[in-house]
Amino acid sequence: MGLIEKVFSLLGPAIHTDWGVHPADRKRPAADSPVRGLPLPERLHVPLQQHIGAAARPIMLVGQTVLKGQLIAEAQGATSAAVHAPTSGIVTAIGDISAPHPSGLSFSAVTIESDGADRWADTGASVDPFSLPPQEIARRVAAAGVVGLGGATFPSALKLGLGLRAKIHTLILNGGECEPYLSCDDRLMRDCATEIVDGIRIMLHATGATRALVGIEDNKPEAIASMTAAAHDFPDIKVRSVPARYPMGSEKHLFSELTGQEVPADGRTTDLGALVHNVGTAWAVHEALRQGRPLVERLVTLNGGALERPGNIRVPIGTLVEDVLAFAGLRSEPARLVMGGPMMGNRLPHARVPVVKGTSGILALTAAEAASLEPGPCIRCSTCVRACPVGLLPLEMSARIGVDDLNGAVALGLKDCIACGCCSYVCPSRIPLVHYFNHAKGELAAQGRAQLRNEAAKRLAAARIERLAREAQEKTAAAARRKAERAAQKAAEKAAAEAAQQAAQPAAEETTT
Amino acid sequence: MIAAILSVTLLGIALGFALGFAARKFAVETDARVAEIGAMMPGTNCGQCGYPGCPGAAAAIAAGEATVTVCPPGGKALATALAAKLGIAADLSGVSDEGPKIATIAEEICIGCCRCIKECPTDAIVGAAKQIHAVMREACTGCGNCVDRCPTEAVKMEPVPVTLQHWVWPKPQAKVEQAWA
Repeated sequence: MGLIEKVFSLLGPAIHTDWGVHPADRKRPAADSPVRGLPLPERLHVPLQQHIGAAARPIMLVGQTVLKGQLIAEAQGATSAAVHAPTSGIVTAIGDISAPHPSGLSFSAVTIESDGADRWADTGASVDPFSLPPQEIARRVAAAGVVGLGGATFPSALKLGLGLRAKIHTLILNGGECEPYLSCDDRLMRDCATEIVDGIRIMLHATGATRALVGIEDNKPEAIASMTAAAHDFPDIKVRSVPARYPMGSEKHLFSELTGQEVPADGRTTDLGALVHNVGTAWAVHEALRQGRPLVERLVTLNGGALERPGNIRVPIGTLVEDVLAFAGLRSEPARLVMGGPMMGNRLPHARVPVVKGTSGILALTAAEAASLEPGPCIRCSTCVRACPVGLLPLEMSARIGVDDLNGAVALGLKDCIACGCCSYVCPSRIPLVHYFNHAKGELAAQGRAQLRNEAAKRLAAARIERLAREAQEKTAAAARRKAERAAQKAAEKAAAEAAQQAAQPAAEETTT
Repeated sequence: MIAAILSVTLLGIALGFALGFAARKFAVETDARVAEIGAMMPGTNCGQCGYPGCPGAAAAIAAGEATVTVCPPGGKALATALAAKLGIAADLSGVSDEGPKIATIAEEICIGCCRCIKECPTDAIVGAAKQIHAVMREACTGCGNCVDRCPTEAVKMEPVPVTLQHWVWPKPQAKVEQAWA
């Protein structure tokens, strides 16, 4: 350590420690009410794109009968996930349905009309997962269509494979659940701690990691108690309480909190030997390996002031949000519907959208909860700078994006923004800062795509010019060949004629003599 | 023998110097930016700008005869990139912001005449004589050259549909920018 660094280390830690915000968590009473099951809906609309990557390819035909847990769409491409039937019934349509996305655009879904029996497909004989090689576990996790249940929905099998390749030593289980209102992970840890711990052990085996750290925010004492009890017999699994603070559930922040190391700006936790998975994913891995059950339902938090009976319910994938809302009962017409948490969730265009694998919560917010105030001018108070968990300058970045200077924003670190929304939350002028960043990131991605397209067009144009030249050359070559053939034919004819003549001459001579 | 080697060597050296001198003395000055701008253009030589292909347009832009918004397939993205390259402010008001377009062929009126295929600068149209043609969406640059060639008006330019993967959050509409200005 150099002298200057020594002096600075005396002054305090290099990373600023007062990042993030402390919104009112509003998790109770929903978190405390027991889990309920949703009555089986008549129709389920199972989307083919519920994960990051390429959409799954449907393998069913309309009119076919399916059993619960049967594969209905297979993964296609390197980054993709399989989709399974959430109940038994008949495939009645494969078509478009509105996506749970603020754009209101639609995506493809398989519609299954339930037969009411909810019959499972043959899930196969269960084997001891610890007798399987790690690659086989990843393969089974992929076959079960498991994706990250924390919200990012990255295919879990790929992540396990990545961990194995990157030779990670620590598996971090994210039980932070820092978003206000949400309590599905909390509820799962309270009720299914044994299953989660078993899933963690399988994941340890699959990644080759030597220890697992479960990080749970200290506003969930029941979950911490239940997980600690479940992990008691396994010394390689440690349950740690972390301070409740948003966005503690961000993988880089939870990692820093648990290990004391900071992830570099353009790096990942795997660079430092750690892989982060959600606790819900551990449960899904347990279900996939021990029961042979694919991911066809999940725990969803129903919360918000407009609901009669908030709580956590078990929802089959593909259930319409309106069915879920009807089950929970609406006290008043919600002013805003949100899928996910209030900080990073997606505002829904309407309630006729399906629940997907990444749906952690459905919030029906009243006008008072969803107050959207008119933004004022920036007063340069720098509250957002203190709140930013990655140490960026939101006010400066948004000023640049405001005048379309995207490169200026990138130079200030736009690409490190995790879109947590802390800046917008604390802004006294109500400037939609994170909205600027989301816009700019989308614009940059679109520019990148345009650039790729441009390059592809250039290649195609060059290929065409080359093709035209080749064709012209082939044409002349063919013409020359034909000419040569004709000439050869003529020569042959001539030679034949001459030979005939010569043959005729001696004969004539003979006759004359 | 030695005399022959010497004379040829000397001749070579003398001619080399002469050529080098000529290359410097009579060098034709070209604008280095033309090549750089040419590399940024789509390179399909579709001719919509009215200049002889992309190199012609690049020369015109470098000379200041054409605006940076001259290239319709390049669109807004190219215009801003060119403006940044030339260090000028781009007047984007003239650029239609309809987004990229691609050609589509109405199968029911396509007669399979192959005229559009010959026109396409990126070979994006597939088909054969008396067979219905189709446009490969990924390869189409939206230059629109095929539209006029179609005798049955089967080719139309359609905006590229926005998908979930390509959707971009709109810029927040606020009066806040004025406060910053």
